[in-house]
Amino acid sequence: MFIINSPVEESIKLDNEIYLLKIHCPEIASVIKPGQFLNIRVSATMYPLLRRPFSVCDVDGEFIYLMFNIFGEGTKILSRKHKGDLIDILGPLGNGFKLDDDFETAVIVAGGLGAAPFPFFTKMLSDKKGIYSFVGGRSEHDVITYKMQNVQTSTDDGTKGFKGTVIQLLENNFDKIKNKKVKIFGCGPNAMLRALKEFAIKNNLNCEVSTECAMACGFGICQGCPIESTVHPEKYYLVCKDGPIFNVKDVVI
Amino acid sequence: MSKVDLSINMGSLKLRNPLLLASGTVGYGNEISEFTNLNNIGGIVTKSLSLKPRKGNPPQRIVETPAGMLNAIGLANVGVEVFLKEKIPFLKKFDVPLICNIAASSVEEYVECTRILTSEDFIKAFEINVSCPNVKEGGLQFGNDASMVGKITEKVKAVTNKPVIIKLSPNVSYISEFAKAVKDNGGDAVSAINTLVGTSFDIRTKKPKIHNINGGLSGPAIKPIALAKVLEINRKVKIPVIGIGGIMNWKDVIEFMIVGASAVQLGTLNFIDPSAGGKIISELEDYCIKLGINKISDLTASYII
Repeated sequence: MFIINSPVEESIKLDNEIYLLKIHCPEIASVIKPGQFLNIRVSATMYPLLRRPFSVCDVDGEFIYLMFNIFGEGTKILSRKHKGDLIDILGPLGNGFKLDDDFETAVIVAGGLGAAPFPFFTKMLSDKKGIYSFVGGRSEHDVITYKMQNVQTSTDDGTKGFKGTVIQLLENNFDKIKNKKVKIFGCGPNAMLRALKEFAIKNNLNCEVSTECAMACGFGICQGCPIESTVHPEKYYLVCKDGPIFNVKDVVI
Repeated sequence: MSKVDLSINMGSLKLRNPLLLASGTVGYGNEISEFTNLNNIGGIVTKSLSLKPRKGNPPQRIVETPAGMLNAIGLANVGVEVFLKEKIPFLKKFDVPLICNIAASSVEEYVECTRILTSEDFIKAFEINVSCPNVKEGGLQFGNDASMVGKITEKVKAVTNKPVIIKLSPNVSYISEFAKAVKDNGGDAVSAINTLVGTSFDIRTKKPKIHNINGGLSGPAIKPIALAKVLEINRKVKIPVIGIGGIMNWKDVIEFMIVGASAVQLGTLNFIDPSAGGKIISELEDYCIKLGINKISDLTASYII
């Protein structure tokens, strides 16, 4: 784990109000794994006070990329960063996706900004495994397919791709994948993760999801981010330290 | 060899410097030791320990507020037995005074926890969290009843020779009355302040943002309140005070000492910058050198009113 101030190389605005922040951070670029996250202090002022967790979207040499949309005060400040501005980073944090399991095909299921960790994930996996990506959103603007492979999309309102949820899209395409040795990797809103868990358990599929919870520190001392465990019901897991990636069987979403 | 004497004596509790890390913001020391050299810290205060392990509250436990945060963790902890067996061995690798914070739902439980922990030599003092519901008295907090605070102090002191610090609640009219109850019953020091009760609602869903509805407010937002409470205690009661509340830098430490704190605790700052403790200690030393202060303890209650 590091606490470092790293300079912005470039702030890129994608066409659907999504920002990519390219940061020169060799310390983290060389060690981070897909699904791990960083806790970022967007300014040294008293408001916002706490760090904010971001998954690392991509890694390219000594550079890391963060993906975000403007959601609140913190992301508004981050969207105004320019080349040379220093970003106060704490990380890498959390466990990351398990990529060395026995599977041949990775099935990515992403909803909205839940797409954020998957460009890096895809880069790390594309030489070794087959990839199917199912990406959903409420509307066309919420569907993020940046640097993903073999993508099918869905929207709740039908403005892009299949009209319906991304889980329905996955079910419709299940014939294509059901005879392969697959592992599902999900990231998105809780409602999507709950439906994905149900689908994975019904079809007896290995499935990991990236979970979210409000947190302060990001490394276990504040105890602010509990998630109910099915393995140890007498205690909570912490999203920041035990996760954020969990096998769907191990947590109550 | 440091040119400035940073050491602090609070009765039998001797600290190499006035900077402690607050309960609930350092866990049991292992995570924060990756960022801060615990051998340089004045002392660390454990997460509140109860007799049995506690799971804590369901999410959401935390919400950010302007210049602060609300938390309702629900005293999640491993319990005294697991603490002694599994957590203390790690802490023993460091030369750092360990203060155990104790939470309980009855006077007897406070006493029992202290009795069990006091035999461990590595524990140098106890800090009693009285901001816990008194289950036998309908769930009212011990910390809102001065006679209860006095009773806990007396009963806990009876089972340990180690210093007993009572962590006072700010959610009272006159905190000095509580500090007096501690002193009158043999308590060695008070920590002031614990968090302030607050809440936050989502204007879209009309629901509370944290599961417990109310949470404890901490961070720089509460610093002026904490300073006023420390000053009040200092002017009314002769008892050492450990100042807590929104300390973000070395200047805040000096300010707390001026209004009467013998030592201080860093809390919320540990979540934002877990390396802050070490940095602040060296900045305090620089400040003392610059101002020709030989003993940092001379700053305590040096206010001019």
